Amino acid sequence: MSTTDTTDTTAKTTETGHRSLLVKQGNAGARAVKNRFATGVLTAAMAIAVVPLLLIIWEVTRRGIGAIHWDFFTTDEPSYRQEGGYRAGFVGTAYVMGGAILMSVPLGLATAIYVVEYGRETRAGRRLSDLIRFFTDVMTGIPSIFVGLFVYGFLVSSTGGLGQGFNAFAGSVAIAIIMLPIVARSSEEMLKLVPDEWRNASYALGASKSRTVLTTVLPAAAPGLATGSMLAVARGAGETAPLIMTILGSQYLVSSYFEGAQGAVPLQIYRGARQQFEAGIERAWGGALSLFLLVLILVVLARWLGSKANKLK
Amino acid sequence: MSATLSRQRKRIADPAFRWFVTLAGASVFVILAGMVIRTTNDAWPIFQYQGFFSFLTGDQWLAGSSRTDSDFTGTYGAWPFIYGTLVTALIAIVIALPLALCVAFYINQLAPKRLRNPLSYSVEMLAAVPSIIFGMWGFFWLLPNVLRPFLEWLESTFGWINLAGWKPFEGPVFGSSYLAAGIVLAIMILPIITAIVREVIAVNPVDQQHAAYALGATRFEVMRKVVLPSSFSGIVAASMLGLGRAVGETVAVMMLIGSTKSWDGSLLSAGDSMAAHIAARFGEATPETTKALMAIGVVLFLFTMIINIGARLLVWRIGRVSGDAAV
Repeated sequence: MSTTDTTDTTAKTTETGHRSLLVKQGNAGARAVKNRFATGVLTAAMAIAVVPLLLIIWEVTRRGIGAIHWDFFTTDEPSYRQEGGYRAGFVGTAYVMGGAILMSVPLGLATAIYVVEYGRETRAGRRLSDLIRFFTDVMTGIPSIFVGLFVYGFLVSSTGGLGQGFNAFAGSVAIAIIMLPIVARSSEEMLKLVPDEWRNASYALGASKSRTVLTTVLPAAAPGLATGSMLAVARGAGETAPLIMTILGSQYLVSSYFEGAQGAVPLQIYRGARQQFEAGIERAWGGALSLFLLVLILVVLARWLGSKANKLK
Repeated sequence: MSATLSRQRKRIADPAFRWFVTLAGASVFVILAGMVIRTTNDAWPIFQYQGFFSFLTGDQWLAGSSRTDSDFTGTYGAWPFIYGTLVTALIAIVIALPLALCVAFYINQLAPKRLRNPLSYSVEMLAAVPSIIFGMWGFFWLLPNVLRPFLEWLESTFGWINLAGWKPFEGPVFGSSYLAAGIVLAIMILPIITAIVREVIAVNPVDQQHAAYALGATRFEVMRKVVLPSSFSGIVAASMLGLGRAVGETVAVMMLIGSTKSWDGSLLSAGDSMAAHIAARFGEATPETTKALMAIGVVLFLFTMIINIGARLLVWRIGRVSGDAAV
């Protein structure tokens, strides 16, 4: 085949009678246009999807920064005056989250350990751990307000429930139930990443199963486990709806964990945003900014830890 | 001596640990069962008093103030709230699904390798924003600056549309409305749909795509005719999970939907959703109303359960899709 023909773009056929590859034929032009159009649409969609986050960051920072100063964290909120802050909310959120972490992280981790380490041993175990995984997945989709209703009926309400009244503990239980499936599922994925050779090496040294799990598997998976738990905390800290029916909210500092209605930052934001006067709304933006920062820091830290964990593989 | 002691301890410690983790695993069922039983039990008198079917379809909600389980005085028709929940969730899905599809395809197929991680971070970060912040931003910024002009434009341009008596864009425009809540919900469920769709299309074999390229297909044709068809059931599952999230969302909806007990066909009118109504009325509820709100909660739970179990079964058929738990 001579090469001179193929450089001649005007030739419709090659020497052998076939159509030259350089001739665009039929709907090729339309296809190229379609392709370019689709690329444009996808790029535009990507841009649109990023815009809300930037707008939220910008607006929350712009309006919240003015409210944040030292007093915001150290004083309680008066119902009518300018000064005052969300101390009650910060302390309350710390109480609620502390309890929720203590409940959900060990339980979620233990669930993941069962599914990955013990559930694979027998056929019945495999079936059970499949069921556990399925229902933890389903649990992530349960509306948080429903969890709040349950905890209200179970712990707070005096008709039929345990009648403990509104307190921080009930809030912890509700948030723990919301965090549990997130912790369990992400821990499960992380435990699976630990190579079986490490487990076998531990057995070969004479370690029992529980010891292998506690001293070999868990430390190896630690950064990844921390990632999942931190993401769960970030989710839990921002929850508002279940707190309405478990801790009720308080403008003033409550030092008891088991007695009396407790405050929380999301609740104070919610109440502040519905007030008519400017100072209350400004405080709400301040609260929103601090909550947002807390969540962002947790998520970024978690992702950073997670990427380190993935490099270990 | 110490060796036998440690061996004895080991003999106890190992089974004890096994029992502990097994019980922890089983706790998931206990919690789920507890939730179903406790709330259904509390809501039962209301269902008995009103009748389950008329509770779902009645469109009048008048809270009563009885303190006992028997002398109820209210009328409980939850339809306005069920309608609000369904409409806002559907609006959210209609907006979020095409956008999420485009974003997922952009990140997985078009974006330069260096940009992939930052882009997917910035979408996932949206999922981490607490819903109260979405509510505040939506109410104080988006509503006056973007949504109100948009809704007014819709009303003046499409207000005449009349589909067999249904006027979707009939005025007057109040701002807070089904459409406003649905649009904010769309932003909120965008990350979860995107994350799952990305995982689903990542499962598609690269060899197939290369084969299509080798046949001369353009990038659009590969996405449209190779990747999309094999990802179809995963995309359905992703949108169902997004729908489930939208149905259960509370605080952001509560701030944007307007909180009225009436319901109206127009997307521009204010209404209320199940979750938002529970949260808004809980603080001042009498014992009877609390039970009625519990009954709404049970209906809401049923809705999300059906949606979620369906979606999870679909996702599980596709195989291992992980990572959406945290989104």
